[in-house]
Amino acid sequence: MAVCIAVIAKENYPLYIRSIPAEQELKFHYTVHTSLDVVDEKVSAMGKALVDQRELYLGLLYPTEDYKVYLLMPNGVSYKCKKLLIPCVKSMFPNQLHRYGYVTNSKVKFVMVVDSSNTALRDNEIRSMFRKLHNSYTDVMCNPFYNPGDRIHSRAFDNMVTSMMVQVC
Amino acid sequence: MEQGPAAAVGTAGAVGAAAGASAPAAVAAAAAGASSSGVSAGYCPVPLPLSDSEQQCYSELFARCCCAPATSSSSGHPPPPAEVGRGAPLPGPAATAGANQVADLLRASQLPAETLHQITELCGAKRVGYFGPTQFYVALKLIAAAQSGLPVQVESIKCELPLPQFMALKNDSEIRYSNTTELHGMKCQIPYVTMEKNSFKRVDDGEKQQEKISPVMSPVSSPPSSPSNYQRVPLTYGYGKLRSGMDQMHAAPYETRQHALQQEGSTSGSHGPKPTRRQTSLIQSLSVEREPQESNSNYPDDPWRITEEQREYYINQFKSLQPDLSSFISGSLAKNFFTKSKLTIPELSYIWELSDVDCDGALTLPEFCAAFHLIVARKNGYPLPESLPQTLQPDYLQTAFLKSKWDCALFDSYSEPMPVNQQPRDLNRIEKSSIKEKTDLTAPAQDVTIDDKQALKISSVDEAMPKDLSVDTATPKDLNTLKARPRSRSYSNTSLEEAMKRVEEPPTPPPRPQKSHSRTSSLDLNKVFQPNAPAAKPGLLPPPPALPPRPFVSQTDQVSEIELHPQLTRTPSQTEESGSPVKKDLPHSQPPSKPIRRKFRPENQVMENQELSSVTGTSSVPTVPTVKPHAPVQKQSSKQKKAIQTAIRKNKEANAVLARLNSELQQQLKEVHQERIALENQLEQLRPVTVL
Repeated sequence: MAVCIAVIAKENYPLYIRSIPAEQELKFHYTVHTSLDVVDEKVSAMGKALVDQRELYLGLLYPTEDYKVYLLMPNGVSYKCKKLLIPCVKSMFPNQLHRYGYVTNSKVKFVMVVDSSNTALRDNEIRSMFRKLHNSYTDVMCNPFYNPGDRIHSRAFDNMVTSMMVQVC
Repeated sequence: MEQGPAAAVGTAGAVGAAAGASAPAAVAAAAAGASSSGVSAGYCPVPLPLSDSEQQCYSELFARCCCAPATSSSSGHPPPPAEVGRGAPLPGPAATAGANQVADLLRASQLPAETLHQITELCGAKRVGYFGPTQFYVALKLIAAAQSGLPVQVESIKCELPLPQFMALKNDSEIRYSNTTELHGMKCQIPYVTMEKNSFKRVDDGEKQQEKISPVMSPVSSPPSSPSNYQRVPLTYGYGKLRSGMDQMHAAPYETRQHALQQEGSTSGSHGPKPTRRQTSLIQSLSVEREPQESNSNYPDDPWRITEEQREYYINQFKSLQPDLSSFISGSLAKNFFTKSKLTIPELSYIWELSDVDCDGALTLPEFCAAFHLIVARKNGYPLPESLPQTLQPDYLQTAFLKSKWDCALFDSYSEPMPVNQQPRDLNRIEKSSIKEKTDLTAPAQDVTIDDKQALKISSVDEAMPKDLSVDTATPKDLNTLKARPRSRSYSNTSLEEAMKRVEEPPTPPPRPQKSHSRTSSLDLNKVFQPNAPAAKPGLLPPPPALPPRPFVSQTDQVSEIELHPQLTRTPSQTEESGSPVKKDLPHSQPPSKPIRRKFRPENQVMENQELSSVTGTSSVPTVPTVKPHAPVQKQSSKQKKAIQTAIRKNKEANAVLARLNSELQQQLKEVHQERIALENQLEQLRPVTVL
């Protein structure tokens, strides 16, 4: 159901961005980039003391334009998927894009942009999607030929992302 | 029954294996008479009598054209659906042959294009827009007629004609997936019409380039009744093998003849002399080449299957990396190893993805063999599959490893009688090791002039495998990327290395610059050490500070001079550094040497002091102490005490000055180090950005 899925590295440059439809990719680049500020805001709000208990799922960042943006920050190699609960802001405008976020301990972020015009995705569904993303990301990291910081070209990862995005369309 | 041309093409082409397989399979095998009557009742203006053999052959060809052999890309290598026609089911009248396949078949007949056009027109396909069974049969008949030399006319097909002969067409999928190490001699070959349009690029290019009409090669149209005919012939050397000349075709005992129940004897008569460069000729050449078969060479359609020799080689390689066969090879170890294969990193990454099924970052023995096999295949130029072939799955390989290497049960799974020709090959095969067999490829293939490219390939494979272990430097690009990438990592493993580097460096401070640095000028060193400081060597103690000229001349000075000997002895080493000052002092030094003996030589002693204070100890200075012992002893006793005291004082002063200098320099060193660390930190922070 995602319209755009992006993986942002720790240094806030994209490792992987994929969107449907493809011609709006630039717009999604901007969207994801602006959402990074919100991510940092939320992350810093949690404070360092909560690192251990901090969950990774940031929830709905904010509704802008037409999409919801979900943010996911996977935790590097660890499989401890802790989720960061943040109350989701209900969108006031229909047919909006919502972004959801998910942050991991290694500060790698996943951002998911969802079209809210679709059936309202439940939070759990978003979390499950992030979980899948996270697992695929760790599989990519396991590949010794993948250097952290490179763009992700893994076909398995692409297939997984495609499957997630195809569900939407 | 009639379908639009588009539909015809669509059914035959796009639907591919599934539909194609179902179509002939679903259709009940019509009696020969029924089909022939169907043919006669079709759109062909002329009733077409077909002999039994012709009927069989045509139906087989039609079935073949109808269904596209599957490209066993993702699903392993199931027997091509065309093999469904094993029982020679006849496609029903509703089936239509794919235009592409028919076109390929027509081309395979190696008739001039003009002739083919005529045939197409005559058979009525152009009129109706598709190749129905009737049209197809008529076309085949016309091809036979043309090949027999008869004019392409309707009348010519009325008579009894030999079967049309088609140059063996290779299935592109076979071209794609055959492995050099998996060369299987060509079993009875059925004219596989190339149906894959998305096949291997080079194959396509080759085919398109080589659509010359070449004379008929050795007959391929073996009757379908022989089940062994349906073995897919893997294109062992792919496009490279095309260059086999006609002679090879002739010389090679065509294997199909053994199995083929070819009733026509015109096979030998149809050999055109033109050397063909079609890829399809490879099939015959393959049979001729007698490439060494792996022990389980009976898997002709499976280039992804690991042969025994290969397995042994892989296992040995595994052992070299990890002695324990049941343990893992770590990712970094495997990375270094596979990088030697000189494949690009993305490809290696993809191969890893395919082979590491449990995604644990390490390779077990089956995974390692699968990865190695994929690398070998890739190096031989074959595209990587979309997903791991079934024969490379770890569980499959695991069970395969457990079986005995020469377990014939594996062979029996494929019902294929070994052609007689292959038996001598078997002997060759068994003898060879996994690597050597490749070099020996040329040996058995004596009848065939192996293509240069093929030879190159073999040699490249030869080199690739043995060199996998050699300390081949990776391509510069790989090296650079490998080296550059650790830097691009943000604080991963390399951070430790860098930290260590940083730790290492402080202990080895850079050599001190000459003492002409500006900082020390802030000190009173210049005053203390006289202008000869720049000339001073680092590490050498500067000469003792200049003593204030003493109004009195006492032998304490002499004693002090004695005390200063150890210090002065160093200065002689500096004498060479200063030229003119020495000269100045020389006239002074020598006169003072004599007056030293005297008590009252203030001037001389002052001179001496000045001289002593100067860095440039003159060479005559060492002579001073020699003169001193001549001084009267009596006066020295009292003077000695004073001299000792003054010497002690001077030494203390000197120590103080030196200590101060030392601390200053240490401070400078710390500051420089801090600056360096700060710069390195900045650089480190800036580095990830530059990766983008």
